[in-house]
This record gives sequence, structure tokens and C-alpha cells, in this order.
Amino acid sequence: MSFVQVRDLWQAYGDRSILERVNVDVAEGEFISIVGASGCGKSTFLRMLLAEERPTRGSIRIDGGEPALEPNRERGVVFQKYSVFPHLTVRDNLIAGQSFGTRWGALFGGAKAAARANADDMLAKIGLNHVADQYPASLSGGMQQRLAIAQALIAKPRVLLLDEPFGALDPGTRVQMHEFLQALRDETGMTVFMVTHDLEEGFKLGDRVLVFDKPRWDPHDPGAYGATITYDFDARDGGIPFQHLNPPTTKDITDAL
Amino acid sequence: MRLINKTPARAGAVFLAALPFIVIAIAYAIGSDIRLSANPQDKLLPAPSTIWDTAVRLFTEPDKRTRDILLWKDTWASLIRLGVGVAVSAVISLTLGMVIGLLPYARAGLSGFVAVLSMVPPLALLPILFIVFGLGELSKIVLIVIGITPFMTRDLAQRVLDIPREQIVKAQTLGASSGVIALRVALPQILPRLISNIRLSLGSAWLFLIAAEAVASNVGLGYRIFLVRRYLAMDVILTYVMWITLLAFVIDWALRRLSRRAFPWMEAGL
Ligand SMILES: Nc1ncnc2c1ncn2[C@@H]1O[C@H](COP(=O)(O)OP(=O)(O)O)[C@@H](O)[C@H]1O
Ligand SMILES: [Mg+2]
Repeated sequence: MSFVQVRDLWQAYGDRSILERVNVDVAEGEFISIVGASGCGKSTFLRMLLAEERPTRGSIRIDGGEPALEPNRERGVVFQKYSVFPHLTVRDNLIAGQSFGTRWGALFGGAKAAARANADDMLAKIGLNHVADQYPASLSGGMQQRLAIAQALIAKPRVLLLDEPFGALDPGTRVQMHEFLQALRDETGMTVFMVTHDLEEGFKLGDRVLVFDKPRWDPHDPGAYGATITYDFDARDGGIPFQHLNPPTTKDITDAL
Repeated sequence: MRLINKTPARAGAVFLAALPFIVIAIAYAIGSDIRLSANPQDKLLPAPSTIWDTAVRLFTEPDKRTRDILLWKDTWASLIRLGVGVAVSAVISLTLGMVIGLLPYARAGLSGFVAVLSMVPPLALLPILFIVFGLGELSKIVLIVIGITPFMTRDLAQRVLDIPREQIVKAQTLGASSGVIALRVALPQILPRLISNIRLSLGSAWLFLIAAEAVASNVGLGYRIFLVRRYLAMDVILTYVMWITLLAFVIDWALRRLSRRAFPWMEAGL
């Protein structure tokens, strides 16, 4: 059984259909890139994965669990902006990733020291230890997004959702961020969904690239039909297909006979 | 060069800032001089020197009967009323504002009510307050609270709603409960706004305080002004007015400093 299971998902706002009949299965550890025209419902899909919104029809299950009713610790998220807390220092943002789940949202004594050490490890890893005591507003866009990703990861979600996380960054910073994200992902083996409007980025980072588009179109009523997944590309090995067909083993052949 | 692009140098800016005060002072001195030379007994515009003498007397000489220096007694009484009134308003508006801003059920039930409440003219309620709470301290404090709380509540609720949705969602994905979101995400970001709200509301708070003291009191800055009005003691009134202005200015300045000190993250991006 697949790790993330999306079944017959529909979403409509009033009588405007945004998504229809979205079905997809994702294995644990896969990196899914989501591309599509602006306004076609990519963020809407991500919001439903996040359980910030509930679908009009259909369901999303993670690891066979019940569909979630609200965002929870299973799903980490990074948005294009506003993903870190402006009133907390860089280090405290990472501590928040560990303390917000407690009764008072704060840690004390040994747990606090451990969270701090944990945060400092993470800061060293993401190259932000020199700005640990600064506030996010004084960081560059790329540093803020690195912090946001680290903050999401430090809470150990099962699925990481990224909505155009590098959309506001300049091209050079983007390339750095790609390397950063790939390294983190190789290390954690996290299941990732990333919305991007940059096809190249989608293919570079993703194992699969899902394309959202409207299969049906009513010229008299553009809101009548929603978008769905029209292509599901294998993007491993630079997009060259058939690299992972397993040759049959002797056992397979004897079993077949 | 366009007028909008012309900026004064530092010395020029200081001079321009002082100019209105100098103009007013000179205009007053001239007006006072004209009236006093026509009628030395004139009380409407006492000479600046008279005001100065009166001020020195008010600040230093105790009352013959009670041996208290009345001005300090008045100041103390008024500041206590003002402080308690503003503090109570701050606590109520902060709590209500957060509840309305964060909880859709509370918003549905309360936001309309608070909007209507903020339209009630507080001074029109003063007689009712005197009847209900008596002529003591309570009615004056309640007037301040009623006068400024609805506005502050509305503004704080709006500020909570203005916190980007992304932050609230992010906190939930980190496992935060409603309480933790209120305490660790909304509250710290709303506190600077509370302080600027208090600064904005202090003007109204003084107005309500002086009005209440004028109507029924036996001590307080507003009480004294309206008392000596009967004797046309303009020198006393002017001293009190300038004293109140100075107090208001110092309080405002202190709050602004507090805000800068306490919330360094507000200026991190500048
Ligand atoms: N809460 C909402 N209510 C009504 N319409 C919405 C809502 N959220 C998104 N939409 C509409 O749904 C469409 C898809 O939006 P979105 O998922 O943000 O697109 P994108 O693919 O660019 O991320 C847009 O036309 C948007 O106007
Ligand atoms: Mg979007």
C-alpha cells in the first residue's frame, strides 16, 4: 500500500470547480514536484494535503490513517513567505519547532537545553550559526527559506509540503537552495511535495513530476470544470525512462513456471 | 527642484520644529501686554512672569489648611485614575481582541457587538455611571475604560486577523494547540500594537478623566481647573494645562521607548 494515497479528490469554491478527480499514490521517501499553469489549483491541492482545507469529495490518507481534519505534526510546510516567526530569533524559531507541541509551547530545564543544542546543530548544518541571535527580518530571502525548511524538518514531519519555496529568490540563490534541499533530503529520506512554476526545478529535484491541467474546458463557463493530474512523469535519472526495471530473478521465473 | 524633494538641514529642522512654539509664545506675550496696558487688573491673559510666579507657587507652596501641595496631590490622584483605567482597558482589549481575532465562534458572536459598543458616546453615559457607581473613583475609571476599550479591542482583533495565515498554519504543523498559538504566536506580535494603541488612546483617556473630574470630584487636575475657573484664575489654569501637556508628552515618550526596547524584532528589517 502506498504511503500517501489521494483518492477521487474534488474541490470547488461555490460553483467554481478547482480540482476534480485527482488520484495519486506516492511511496514513502518520494520527492513529488507539482507544476501547472498559474491559478490551476496547485496551492489548493497542497492546502488539502496539509488538511488546512477539506475536499468537497474524496480523501487523502497518509500511511493508511484517517483523513486529517486540521493541520498537524504529520505534515510540515514551507510557504513562499511568512513561514518563520518574525518575533523569534533564528535559534528560537528552531526551538519553536520542538517546543510548540508542548502544553505551554515552551520547554524547561534539561529539555530546553537539549532543544537548544539540537537547534544549534541544525544551524551549523544549514550554515546559519553566525546569525543565531538575529531576527528573521534581517536575513536574506534565501537564508529565511533555509531557516523555514529547517524549522519544518526539526519537528520531524512525515510529509514535507513546499509551496513555491524558492519562488521569490534570485537564480543564483535558487541553485544553492536546490543543493541544500537535496542534501537534507538525501539525509532524511523525507517524502516531499513541492509546488513550483519552474519546470526545470521540478525535474531537477523531483522523482516524479505531476502536471495539473484542465482536461475539459467549457468556453462559456471557464469555472465549470476543474484541473486534475494530466501527466505523471518519472523524473529520476534526468528524466530518462526505464532505468529501474528489475530484471527477473531465477526465483521469479521458477515461481512463474 | 520640486517642493516635495526639498528637505531642511538638521539645524533648519530644529529651528522649524521650535518655530510654532516661539510664534505662540510671542503672540501670547504681545496680546497679554496689550490687554494689561489697557487694564492692569485684566485676568484673561496674565503676563508670562505672573504665570511663572504662579507655577512656582503651585509646585512648591503647601496649602495653608491641609499643608499638602495641591498640585502634586491633584497630579497623583489623576495619574492613578488614568493609569488604572488604561491598564484595565489594556487587559480587557488584549484578551477580547485575541479571542475575537483567533476564534471564529467568538468573532461571530462578539465583533458586531464591539463595533456597536464603540459607537456609544461615552460621555453621554457619565450620568448613568455616577448613578450606578457613585461619585467616587470607580465611576471615573469606568468612564475611561468604557471610552477607550471598544476602539482598542477592534484594532487588536484586526491585528490578530492580519497575522499572515501562513504563520498560523505553520504553528499548527509544529503541533501548537490553540492556546500555544495565542500565547506564542499572536500575543507577542500583538503587544507592540497594544502599546501604540495605548499611545493613541491616551488623548481620549485624558479627555474622559478631566470631564469626569470636572463634574464630580474633590481632587484631581481636571477638578482643580474647573474649580479655579470660578475665580477666573487664568494663571492657575494655564499652569495646569501646560503641566498636563507635559505629563502626556512624557508618558507618550516613555511608551515609545518601551516599545523600541521591548520589541527589537519590529525594527530588525529596517
Ligand atoms: N478560498 C478560496 N475561495 C475561492 N477561490 C479560491 C480560494 N482559494 C483559491 N481559490 C481560487 O482557486 C484557483 C486556484 O488557486 P491556487 O490553488 O492558489 O492556484 P495555483 O495553482 O496558482 O497555486 C484560483 O483561481 C483561486 O482564485
Ligand atoms: Mg499557488
